[in-house]
Amino acid sequence: MQAQATVRLPDGAHPTNYLNKETTIRSWLLTTDHKRIALLYLFTIIFFFIIAAVAAALMRAELLTPKGDLVLSETYNKLFTIHGVLMVWFFLVPSIPTVLGNFLIPMMIGARDLAFPKLNLLSWYILATAGAIVLYSVTAGGVDVGWTFYTPLSTKFSNEHVMVMAFGIFLSGFSSILTGLNFIISIHRMRAPGLTWMRLPLFVWSLYATSLIMVLATPVLATAMLLIVVERLWGVGIFDPSLGGDPVLFQHLFWFYSHPAVYIMILPGFGVVSEIITCFSRKRIFGYRFIAFASMAIAILGFMVWGHHMFVSSQSLYTGMVFSFLSFLIAIPSGIKVFNWTMTLYKGSISFETPMLYVLGFIGLFTVGGLTGLFVAALATDVHLTDTYFVVAHFHYIMVGGMVLAFMGGLHFWWPKMTGRLYPEPMGQLSALTTFIGFNLTFFPQFILGYLGMPRRYHAYPPEFQVWNVLSTAGATILAAGYLMPMIYLPWSLWWGKRAGNNPWSATGLEWQTPSPPPEHNFDQTPLVTEEPYGYPLAATTHNRHTEGRQREMEHA
Amino acid sequence: MMVAMELPFVPERASSMAAQTDYLFYALCALTLVMLAVVFLPMFFFLYRYRKGNDVDRTPNHFKTWKIELVWSVIPLAVVMGIFFWGAGLYVRLKTPPPDKDTLEINVVGKQWMWNLQHPEGKRELNELHVPLGRTVRLLMTSQDVIHDFYVPAFRTKQDVVPGRYTEQWFKATKTGSFHLFCSKLCGMGHSDMVGWVTVMTPSDYQRWQNEGGVQASLAARGERLFRSLGCSGCHGENGLVRAPSLAGLYGHPVPLDTGEIVTADDRYIHDSILLPQRQIVASYAPVMPSYEGQISEEEVFQLVQYIKSLASEAPDEYLRQNLDVPGQTQKRISPTQNVPPGATPGPTEYAPPGSTPVPAPTPPFQPQPTAY
Repeated sequence: MQAQATVRLPDGAHPTNYLNKETTIRSWLLTTDHKRIALLYLFTIIFFFIIAAVAAALMRAELLTPKGDLVLSETYNKLFTIHGVLMVWFFLVPSIPTVLGNFLIPMMIGARDLAFPKLNLLSWYILATAGAIVLYSVTAGGVDVGWTFYTPLSTKFSNEHVMVMAFGIFLSGFSSILTGLNFIISIHRMRAPGLTWMRLPLFVWSLYATSLIMVLATPVLATAMLLIVVERLWGVGIFDPSLGGDPVLFQHLFWFYSHPAVYIMILPGFGVVSEIITCFSRKRIFGYRFIAFASMAIAILGFMVWGHHMFVSSQSLYTGMVFSFLSFLIAIPSGIKVFNWTMTLYKGSISFETPMLYVLGFIGLFTVGGLTGLFVAALATDVHLTDTYFVVAHFHYIMVGGMVLAFMGGLHFWWPKMTGRLYPEPMGQLSALTTFIGFNLTFFPQFILGYLGMPRRYHAYPPEFQVWNVLSTAGATILAAGYLMPMIYLPWSLWWGKRAGNNPWSATGLEWQTPSPPPEHNFDQTPLVTEEPYGYPLAATTHNRHTEGRQREMEHA
Repeated sequence: MMVAMELPFVPERASSMAAQTDYLFYALCALTLVMLAVVFLPMFFFLYRYRKGNDVDRTPNHFKTWKIELVWSVIPLAVVMGIFFWGAGLYVRLKTPPPDKDTLEINVVGKQWMWNLQHPEGKRELNELHVPLGRTVRLLMTSQDVIHDFYVPAFRTKQDVVPGRYTEQWFKATKTGSFHLFCSKLCGMGHSDMVGWVTVMTPSDYQRWQNEGGVQASLAARGERLFRSLGCSGCHGENGLVRAPSLAGLYGHPVPLDTGEIVTADDRYIHDSILLPQRQIVASYAPVMPSYEGQISEEEVFQLVQYIKSLASEAPDEYLRQNLDVPGQTQKRISPTQNVPPGATPGPTEYAPPGSTPVPAPTPPFQPQPTAY
């Protein structure tokens, strides 16, 4: 290997890049390169995703028939617990931030790495250890209290593995907090010259908002999980009414984290959508500032709505009203985003590559998920719908329809950058379509089931609910096919995919100005940023603050 | 074997609130469809018209972005505020039982994994609740173990059943028949077995059902029996050996505590005084009552509460006469710890409420109370 770092190969690849510079296992496990850590995270969360998806598949199989005849009711409870815990804390929360965020934030801000590369590696080790602890609690006997860990079920009426799992979740929180800190500091301190806040890609803005929530909300989850352990081990009366505690207090603590966590799970998706939709309409984003500030508004408002999970919990009438009111307010910034994305398409030059299909699917499913949120934010309808399949459908539209589709879209969009290879485009388009159809067939029937009154977490159910459950299970098989395809053709492309070149989508953004895969140090020279993001040829309006700003700058120059 | 499956879309509607909840639900469905049209008709149009390679005008327009942003912020805000008030208004009605004289009060205890239901006249049921048509039914509910949730989809009502608290819900059935009763809060292994039926009967059928199996002791009578067998009457009775507050007329009246607080003796207060007697000590009394936690079930607590309630109607002013000074007298706050040495049998109460405020009006039973700790 000679010193030819500056020599470009014909297809744009650096002779050495972050993937082939060193290839030993040790070089991966001790790496501090944000790009390698991103890949470590990718493998880790896909691993957890597969386990959680298998649990979901078993549940859907059980629900084919009204009787609980496939697995025991206790096993069923363990299945949805492991599904929820792994999907939420070990797939959705880390998904876009730790994989795409880790890979892209330094590149998008023109930096060599994150502010604290070793901390970044540590946070991966923490997540992997926490996941191992959770899996241990499953193999050691399993936990059947649901991912919500409501007391006193989780403190007095369940086995001791609850403590192990709670400790795993407690630990995973530190991974979130460290990642959030790392992002916040990097975005504040390491932007390239000329990259002002209003020139940041919206992906960076949304991850900045996400990181704030991670840093501020996660400690409360850690507290709640720790208090469960304290009450179980030392019998301190925190949640147990017979010791003078309050079981509902746990719900407040839990949702104080877990509602903002919903925004940890969706805000990064917004960022991905903003990047992709501009690229494939060859057009500047519409309402840059509004989208950026909507992310911040959602992050802040997200802290004030936790009580809407507790309208039937015996919380007071007026508390319920305040939380309902605040929950409706969140609809506004979410709506602003959807409208701005739609307007971005206006007068664009739109093409329908795989990432764009995933993103269009995202907008559709997120909109349905958001609008059905109004049903459960409204107090009277929530009384009927909460704890039924309506809620299950609603949050899966947000988390799967939203976040998973955004993650898949982002993974396809930046795959050429990460690996230097192109996946087979028709396969990608087929997978996006299959996922969309399968998803709707799986979860739309659940809205009807919920309205009919089928409670969630039921292992057996009255026979009149069967037809919708059968449809849902049928949809789940299609959805599974949609997930399986990328798991085959993406690895395939590593060896046999076409070489991607530096910028296969002709996208703007600093990350596309590096070779694919990027060299270990990302940029040969520190880039200088002179214009707003998304400098695509088309724009919706001439009255644009950014173009005006740019004109002023040019005049100034 | 596959049997012919039903294809239901709408749950049965069997309570006075069901239709109104459904109207809000349908309004939200309509709003969803409108909003989907508002977003997706233009989107599909744009996707088609501005597809790559289609030769159409793409010159930028001249308008200020913020104006259009304002439009799509303010209009949705107005719409969702409308929905908020609609939902909140209905919620108030869902949470506030109508003040009907003939309201039927039923005590519900959830336990892993069954529903225990006690009628005031003494009928007790398991996982099945019989109620009369057209009469307001109020459920006063608590749990023996974990949090459960009493959910009857046909009535569109649902309320968590929380250990250590009394929660309540009400409904007025408008249709005879049997309707699903579900526990809708995960409560452990048998969660999906914690189901039952609510059977709505015509008033005459209900009466016939009530009289089946002969006359039963009412809940209050059962409570009285317990009151004696558990030894409560030894202290709280008329010739008690230990000085303890009299319970005659207690229910629904204010009780001064040794912390200086005044609380209302509602169901929750009596419940906690039996199971957690050290939590709230009546002013000027020694904290000597033993806890009955783990010794009696929540059903039995309900029976005791019913008994103590029945004392209130027998002697409505007794409690006030015994426990509160007439306003206007010299006020003197006596610390129970100073006044009551252990083992001593102090004289009559000398307590007066701080500030000599007039005695608050007695709270009628089963008013919805904000139950925050």
